[in-house]
Order: sequence, then C-alpha cells, then structure tokens
Amino acid sequence: MSPASNVPQIEFEGVTKSYGTGRLVLQAIDLKVLKGEFVSVIGPSGCGKSTVLKLISGLTPPSSGTIRVDGMTPANARETISFIFQDATLLPWRTVTENVGLGLELERVLTKRRTEKVESLLRLVGLGDVAAAYPRELSGGMKMRASIARALATSPRVLLMDEPFAALDEMTRDRLNEELLRLRAEQQWTAVFVTHSVAEAVFLSTRVIVLAPNPGRVHAVLPVDLPFPRTAQLRESPEYESLVARASHILREALIQ
Amino acid sequence: MRERLRTIANALAVFAGLLVLWQVVLWLFHVPPYMLPSPWAVAVALDSRFPSVLASTAITAQESLEGLLASIIIGVVVALVFAQSRWIRKMLYPYTILLQTVPIIAITPLIINWVGPGTAAVALIAFIISLAPVIANTTQGLISVDENLVHLFLMHNASPAQKLFKLRMPHAVPSLFVGIRIASGLAVIGAITGEIFAGSSRVGVGGLGYSILYAYSQLQTNYLFALVLAAIVLGFAFLFVVMFLEWYFLHKWHESARVPETE
Repeated sequence: MSPASNVPQIEFEGVTKSYGTGRLVLQAIDLKVLKGEFVSVIGPSGCGKSTVLKLISGLTPPSSGTIRVDGMTPANARETISFIFQDATLLPWRTVTENVGLGLELERVLTKRRTEKVESLLRLVGLGDVAAAYPRELSGGMKMRASIARALATSPRVLLMDEPFAALDEMTRDRLNEELLRLRAEQQWTAVFVTHSVAEAVFLSTRVIVLAPNPGRVHAVLPVDLPFPRTAQLRESPEYESLVARASHILREALIQ
Repeated sequence: MRERLRTIANALAVFAGLLVLWQVVLWLFHVPPYMLPSPWAVAVALDSRFPSVLASTAITAQESLEGLLASIIIGVVVALVFAQSRWIRKMLYPYTILLQTVPIIAITPLIINWVGPGTAAVALIAFIISLAPVIANTTQGLISVDENLVHLFLMHNASPAQKLFKLRMPHAVPSLFVGIRIASGLAVIGAITGEIFAGSSRVGVGGLGYSILYAYSQLQTNYLFALVLAAIVLGFAFLFVVMFLEWYFLHKWHESARVPETE
C-alpha cells in the first residue's frame, strides 16, 4: 500500500546532538522521511538511534541544526506524534481500557468519544477480552499490544517506536510485526522504528537507515522494495533473505569503519 | 486458605511452646513471682483487671491513632513539597534525619513543658516519632517514576496537575503504605513512651505507659505483665489494620500486595 508521497513529514537538516560537555552523539544528520514511509533505524549500540527519536519527539533539543515535523518544530508537533517505548510502560494501577485511553484523557477528550475509540482499538489489537484486566495479568506480548493501542488512540500522523519488541520472544515479535503492518494499512501514519534486529527492520520498512557509531552518523540508506501487503510468507522469499543479508553486511561495515 | 490456616496454627504452636518454656524456667530456677510471674498469674491479673487494662489500651490507641493520622497528613504534604525539586530535598532532608535520630525520650519532658501534660502531648510525641518514615518513603515514591512514563505524559502535553494526580501520586501509594506500616509501630511506641512522662494528669486511669509505671511502682508485676501484653496486642492491631488497608487498595494491581499462590 501507500506508495510514499513526496510530502516530507520529518526533516533533519545538519542536526548535531551532544550531551553535557562535548560528548558528541549525533553528527551532521540530514534526513527526510516522507508521508506514509516506514523507516527503520539500525546501528550498533552507541550510535544514537534512540536519540533520533527523542529529537523528533522534542523530548530533547538538537545542539545545532533544524528539525521539522509536519513543517513545525517538534515541540509544536507533539499532538501529531505518538511514542512507543521499549517497555510497554503501562500504568500498573490502571486497567487495559484505562491505559489505552490515557492519551485521550490527558488531552481532555470527552468520555463518550474516548470509550468508543478505546473499544474499537482494543478489538483491533485483539485485547477485547482483557479490557478490564490489570497490566500485571498480561503477557509481554499483550502488554505491548496495549501499548500500541494507546499510541494509536490519539490518531497520530507520526509513530515513533524505540525497540518496542526487543524484550519479546521471536514468535510473538514476528506476529506483532505482521500486525503492525496490518494496522498501518488500515490507518495512515508515518513510522520511524528503531531496532537491533536487521530482519525486523527489513520486514517492516520501506527504507532502512544504517547509522555508524562514535559519533552517530548516517552510514548508508537501504531502500526496501518488497511489495505490500507483507505477510509471514515473505520471510521465506529469496528477495527478503538477500535484503536481510545485505543489510547485515552494511551494518558490519558500519561497525568496523 | 488451608495454607493460611496452617500458618496461623504454626504461630499458635510457637506461642504455646513459649508459655511452656516460661513455666519451665520458673520451676527450674525458682524465680520469685515479683521478678517474673507465671503465665497463669498474668492471665488471672488480666482477667481480674480487664476493664482497667481495656481502658488504658483505649486511651493509648486513641493517642497513637491521632499521632499516626497527623504523621500521614503532614508527612504526605511535606513529601509533596520535597518532590518539587532536588534542591529543596538537599536543603531540608537532613532535618528529617534529625527527626529520626533525636532520642524521643530526651525531648519528651520539653514537649510536656510546652504543651502541658495530657493526651495532646502524648499524641504529639507519637506524631514526632512516626513522621520521618512517612516523609522518606512517600518522597521516594513520588520521585522514582519511570522516566519513560514521564516522557509519555510530556508527549501528551500533560499539565502539572495531571502529572501529579495521574502519575506521581498513584505511583507513590505503595511506598506511602510502606511508610505508614513503619510509622504505625512507632506511633504506638511513641505514645507509650510519652505516657510514662505525660500521661499522669488524668485522675483514675491513664494510658498503658502510665499504668505500666504505676504497676511498676506498686510492684504489681502480674498487672505489669498484663499491660505489656496489651501493648503488644495494640501494636499488632495497628499493623494488621494497616496491612489490611494496604491489601485492600493495592491487591488488584501491585505485585507486593499479591497473596502468595498456594502450591
């Protein structure tokens, strides 16, 4: 679906980020993510992958350079952005329903509209049966589904994901990858996805960005021309496998360099 | 359920064993009754003076409860102030440690000087001794929120009030209960200590501390032991009530309040 448009959703121009006194995390990043793209960011640890997401979301400002999201500064664009963290980060004292509705509640959306939205989302991610359960009663995969539903509840145009499936077993991770693409086909959002897994990045993305470490910079950009909809069968196709092999090779290069 | 019954049965068995041991020690070493009365004598004293033991316990319970409630209210307010900035904490935290290290018995006469003897002074002492753990634990709970949750609230442009009421305060409730649990025991100890100095203004009955002092001065060791027993029961009662409330409020979602599964 969605051949990426030409409208830029996220733009980085000469973005540099250093923490404290001079520890350079990202150096001269130029990056353009188009509306409807699914971009994965991979790279060895310490290459500033997560920092890219924090910059897009405005949780931390760049040291120099400019960032635009929907033509706005990240802080102003916050309403259009949702963030999915590595841990599900659900509020343990709230039920699944109350957790998924959190964003809408904080943005003071009326209860009636909120309830409808949350109910439909819970069905969409397959959590309808555990709506009244507390997070500690859920498996890791179910918690992550709730976290995804919470992020989608505010109808974001940009979805940022920071290794959301890293803590899950491989089977659950594969299933959630497929579901994420199904959700993307139904709704329209642009995704920036940070991961350690090359295979996951290739499976999900329209483009994979490989960062090199110390300081973090763009090492290579790998377009993924595999057709949508992508299903579990894709993982056995030779095209997919050769792309994963190439991406792994580029990643190793980035590390050695 | 069966597991729990067995736990209770075990505890009772240990208690019975202790009573037997107590009696055996009396027989073996020929301890005079004014030093250590027999369990039976204590039971008789408890039975014959039950109304006065009960009245003393009620007074102490009320003073402890007043002190504890004041600690919870003031402690939470102080913790909310402490949670505002690291700066405030650094500046004021040493004083809460001071609160913990001042020997309460040393300042009790001073407090009686200020407030005058009676239940108000005793409740004040119970309050002072039980305040620090409420402040320390609640502050910890308020400031130890997962960074990503704070980010999540930021992403939705949450107001300071939303952050406080929907994130920090609910997150601090389990820690608050840890503080209250410690404070409840201290409040009872504080009240009894206070009564030894300040509980004597009442004609007739005083609290447990006062009655203990009286029984000691009269060499009524049986009665003294009955009062000590009442003090122990009172401390336990406070702890059980707090633990019940903790379970009641937290069992649905918090790990620590989960009833251990039976095998």
